[in-house]
Amino acid sequence: MKAVITVLGKDRTGIIASVSTLLYEEDVNILDISQTIMGGMFTMIMLVELSDQGAQFAKVRERLMALAETMRMEIRMQHSDIFDAMHRV
Amino acid sequence: MLNLSDVLQTNKMISEQKLDIRTITLGLSLLPCLNASPEALPTRVYDRICRMAENLVRVGQEIEMDYGIPIVNKRISVTPVSLLIQDVDPVAVAVAMDRAAQAVGVNFIGGYSALVHKRMGQSDERLIRSIPEALCRTKMVCSSVNVGSTRAGINMDAVKLMGQVIRQAAEQSRDQDGLACAKLVVFCNAVEDNPFMAGAFHGIGEGDAAINVGVSGPGVVAEALKSVRGQPFDVVAEEIKRTAFKITRMGQLVAREASKRLNLPFGIVDLSLAPTPAMGDSVAHILEEMGLETCGTHGTTAALALLNDAVKKGGVMASSHVGGLSGAFIPVSEDIGMIDAARAGALTLDKLEAMTCVCSVGLDMIAVPGDTDESTLSAIIADEAAIGMVNNKTTAVRILPAIGKDVGDELVFGGLLGQAPVMPVHGQSARAFIQRGGRIPAPIHSLKN
Repeated sequence: MKAVITVLGKDRTGIIASVSTLLYEEDVNILDISQTIMGGMFTMIMLVELSDQGAQFAKVRERLMALAETMRMEIRMQHSDIFDAMHRV
Repeated sequence: MLNLSDVLQTNKMISEQKLDIRTITLGLSLLPCLNASPEALPTRVYDRICRMAENLVRVGQEIEMDYGIPIVNKRISVTPVSLLIQDVDPVAVAVAMDRAAQAVGVNFIGGYSALVHKRMGQSDERLIRSIPEALCRTKMVCSSVNVGSTRAGINMDAVKLMGQVIRQAAEQSRDQDGLACAKLVVFCNAVEDNPFMAGAFHGIGEGDAAINVGVSGPGVVAEALKSVRGQPFDVVAEEIKRTAFKITRMGQLVAREASKRLNLPFGIVDLSLAPTPAMGDSVAHILEEMGLETCGTHGTTAALALLNDAVKKGGVMASSHVGGLSGAFIPVSEDIGMIDAARAGALTLDKLEAMTCVCSVGLDMIAVPGDTDESTLSAIIADEAAIGMVNNKTTAVRILPAIGKDVGDELVFGGLLGQAPVMPVHGQSARAFIQRGGRIPAPIHSLKN
């Protein structure tokens, strides 16, 4: 399954490194990254591939939430279908 | 690759504009319970609900997690109970439904209902008379009665009885600000696949079970309209349609996914702009964004007509089956903008009645003075049913006599039910009108065959 990870917060060094290291440790493949600074805010979306829907998704999501807390960033991870459904006809 | 702004827009709708799936409702037929003996019926009902809805809440939570979209309620609607209770105490069935709802962890269970648009059968009447007790003895059970239809006309005997029942329900739940009345809807042209409470029931043409999903999002529409301030209505309608399309697509996705994971057929997506008392989740504020100083002033009906129609047009292309009540809801106590407008005296019962001619349902969550006569309640129901009957649409009345209170006071429920400022009703009597009973014949355009 494919999931979208969104990272928002104050710009600083090491954001991409922290997120991608976590994903590497959990054996999650990154398919695409888009990153910019919007109004001074670090804004990134990542499209990633997970091996199965259940256990891995839950574990990665949980670790990302913990990372969000330590880095004081906003991180979400969602099934990519929701964006396709809403924005593609 | 996904577009950055699309992803951010979706997440902003969810986090800031309160976009949510309002409900995943399992529609469940209780007809298979009918082969039980009268004494065993409540147990059979309990067992069937528990078995069929066992995974509903868990699956709802999983979908919430996977897609990052809040699913506010998980609910169950069942076959109108009046069809089951030959020789059975209806309240015992209500208690069984309530216990089952608690056991599976849903928020509400609807279907303590009777369809009496032409005549009341003996079981129908017993059920209707038991509604106050059933709603006071249970927590999650919701009740509805269909008293009219475009095809059948209006059953004025049932309308008369419902005035009494609502009054009794208010009196018996007086210590909870008349909460029982918030769980009771009187319909004309009730729909059989509505996932929203308190009016949900599982119609007899709906099969054994179905997953019906209700999406909401008044905040998203209000926000979208900020980008077209001052522009003509053509542009406003287009913007609402585009927004409704996106919201409904999300509902369709969740409905399909829930249906797949629960291994039950997908029924419909109900795209209703259902407000909550939270700031930024108000239908009244959409109307005000269109240029009205306060919801309820002149122009409100036109604004609501445009909104209701554009929501449907946007939604209908986004889902293979749009159903339920789809449109805009105007429950006074559940909408911060309506509460404010009612407090200020800008929004009156008469204006609300006019608004129900062009929106998806009817007079909803309206508190009236505690000394309002039962015949006045019946007359309000009759007026609303007449609008539904003649205009070939669903109308409903969920009215709350505020026992011991008067205009200026408020009923406070909290949560999604919010709080209702008591609104004045006309003081002149309709008693002799309601005493007549009988049936108002179906309108000429019912003869479509």
